[in-house]
Amino acid sequence: MSFINTLMNGEQAAFKPDTQTSMQKIALRFVVVGLIYYGFAVIEGMIMRIYQIEPIPAIPPDQFFGIMTAHPLVGIFGSTYSIVFGAFLFLVPFLMKKPIWSVKMANWSFLMIAIGTMVFWLAGFITHYAPLYTLYWPLPADFDQFGPVGGAIFITGIALVMVGAVLFVINIFKTIMYTPEGWEKQPAGALLGSALGVSGLKNLFKKRKEEHLVSLPVAAIARGTVDVALNSGIILFTGVLILVYMVAAIFGHSLEHSAIDALLYKNWFWWGLDLVADGLVLIFVAGTWYLLASLITGKKIFMENIARAALLLELVVSWTVWSHHLMSDQAQPGFLKVFSGEMVTAFELITQGLAFFIVLATLWSARPLKMTNPLKFLLGGLLGFALAVPAGIMQADLGLNRILHNTQWIIGPHVHVAILVGLTMTLYSAIYILFPILTNGGKLYSQKLANFHFWAHLIGGIGMGAFMGMAGLKGMLRRTIYFEGEFNIYMILAGICGALLLFAFLAFFYNIVMSVGVNGVLGIFKPSKFETREATPAE
Amino acid sequence: MVDTQVVLNGQTIAYTAYTLAIISLMVWFSVIVTKKGKSSKVSTGLFYTWVGFLVVLGVSLHIATAHTIPWKPLDLHRADIKADKVFDISVENHTFHLPADTLYIDVNDLALFKVTSNDLTYGFGLFARDNSMLCQMQVVPGHMNDLLWQFVKPGIYTIRSTEYSGPLGIQMIEKDVVVVR
Repeated sequence: MSFINTLMNGEQAAFKPDTQTSMQKIALRFVVVGLIYYGFAVIEGMIMRIYQIEPIPAIPPDQFFGIMTAHPLVGIFGSTYSIVFGAFLFLVPFLMKKPIWSVKMANWSFLMIAIGTMVFWLAGFITHYAPLYTLYWPLPADFDQFGPVGGAIFITGIALVMVGAVLFVINIFKTIMYTPEGWEKQPAGALLGSALGVSGLKNLFKKRKEEHLVSLPVAAIARGTVDVALNSGIILFTGVLILVYMVAAIFGHSLEHSAIDALLYKNWFWWGLDLVADGLVLIFVAGTWYLLASLITGKKIFMENIARAALLLELVVSWTVWSHHLMSDQAQPGFLKVFSGEMVTAFELITQGLAFFIVLATLWSARPLKMTNPLKFLLGGLLGFALAVPAGIMQADLGLNRILHNTQWIIGPHVHVAILVGLTMTLYSAIYILFPILTNGGKLYSQKLANFHFWAHLIGGIGMGAFMGMAGLKGMLRRTIYFEGEFNIYMILAGICGALLLFAFLAFFYNIVMSVGVNGVLGIFKPSKFETREATPAE
Repeated sequence: MVDTQVVLNGQTIAYTAYTLAIISLMVWFSVIVTKKGKSSKVSTGLFYTWVGFLVVLGVSLHIATAHTIPWKPLDLHRADIKADKVFDISVENHTFHLPADTLYIDVNDLALFKVTSNDLTYGFGLFARDNSMLCQMQVVPGHMNDLLWQFVKPGIYTIRSTEYSGPLGIQMIEKDVVVVR
């Protein structure tokens, strides 16, 4: 096949979008938009990497911080939420062998997240609204530094994403619980209990164990979705609060900042943010690992009941760890710092450590395995969390936090290694394994590009985190600009690793476009020819 | 005497060793899991040993630091400890207002920095001339933010905001204003 032919129709013209169900198309729409927003985040990341070596004259500091504000939000909401929600809206009906509750609602989730992300990204790009994702009170309502109109549009964009997330939550739980037309009445309460872990918990105290009604991956999706719901509520509430101040400012009224206690607000907001960082991300990742391990090996998960219990423990832990973000806040009660910040946070070492061991043991039981793309990216994802979680546990110590808080250590070895190596490589593994299922037998264009993608991403991600961490240990702060090249050696090396990540993404994106073809990408956005709400076409 | 640099050096060694060990383990696993051989089940005994190891590791880190990092107990009990020197500092409009042009501290003295913000959330950190950080805290408006620190070596330190407070915050640097003699 000629290059042009492959570019237009994909590898061996194997992908035919008109054979796809609505759910296959929606899942791929989420993935395409998620990858485009990942590209935004990578380019923004590279701009910031260059800026940390030498501030770019064409980008003034207020725009730099606008980029810094948009970067994590585009990465988490625009990219990760899109890819994860798309995959789970497909997988829950696929694994439960029942139709999705609402195709229309799945489409609305997609539109709200895609449009909402573009709205807040544009608001930040044009107006330089830059309170960072932390929104420490009263910074988001500081109208000496930021315009209220730009801020109001920014917050509206975030709110749209949250509404999309709420629709996702409703669709997931309804799909688990409802009875499809023509089916025998489904035990909605028992299905919900199994998904959330209530039946598993009861089993601990019963002689006759109840059978699990939903599979382990679906249970993981349901439990992570609880945190999505809680987080959406917190962010929506906070957004409305900030909007009140903005609308008042637009109409010429100045509301008192001191009406809101800054420390109480910080506790409230970090409780909500941690439902993402220490909640749904860890639960969804563990669930995805279990699914990938069982698909790769074709075997049952090692110690499955313990894995289920650990997911429930992780959910409860995610509601009680927020105080590790407030260890340097001296007005925060010491009890919360020690109990929530240190002790409960240490449970994450246990829950993630269990998931790590269970996945390796499951893979071990099926050796020899072929080093496929899903397996190698899964191993990369496991390594990412094995590096990042202990780094996080170290900084969640009162003694170490005093000398690490807000340094590059936090954002490098912990946050970026967790997200880029742990989370993203897990998502890539899922994309590689779901690709033939979602495309009804689509073929990958180049294995060489997939190999390059793997190595460049792995080395780039770990390397960037490591050099940022070294700079952090030497005193380099995050969320600021250095004008004298104080940490240039580390920043140049981190920049080279960042460039590797960019090349890895370009290789992957090119590989995917050449696999499905331009016509294939366009075809994903056309309506399905099938009426079905089933995940895959009938045989 | 244990100071910031000693703790950071210890952390660097421990985390580097751990990093090398876990990367080696994953490389070994990747090779062995694809090699020809008979598949075998992992014993549950090994699993529970691993669980026990994680519990011990998670708890022992905090117990170890409580006994080896001097500022950890100092911080938790600072309300009951009398400082040798107290400095009242306020922050407003992205500017630190210090009680004197230079803050002098004697070696081994306990110094208490009481920092209040009249508008935004800021940070308060002390940095050596090589840009390394000695210690820091958050400065939250409407609350007393106090940091008790024992200076064990002579030195000259810069005060810098360690928290983002908008683009104007990048200029919040008071160079060489803390002198420990």
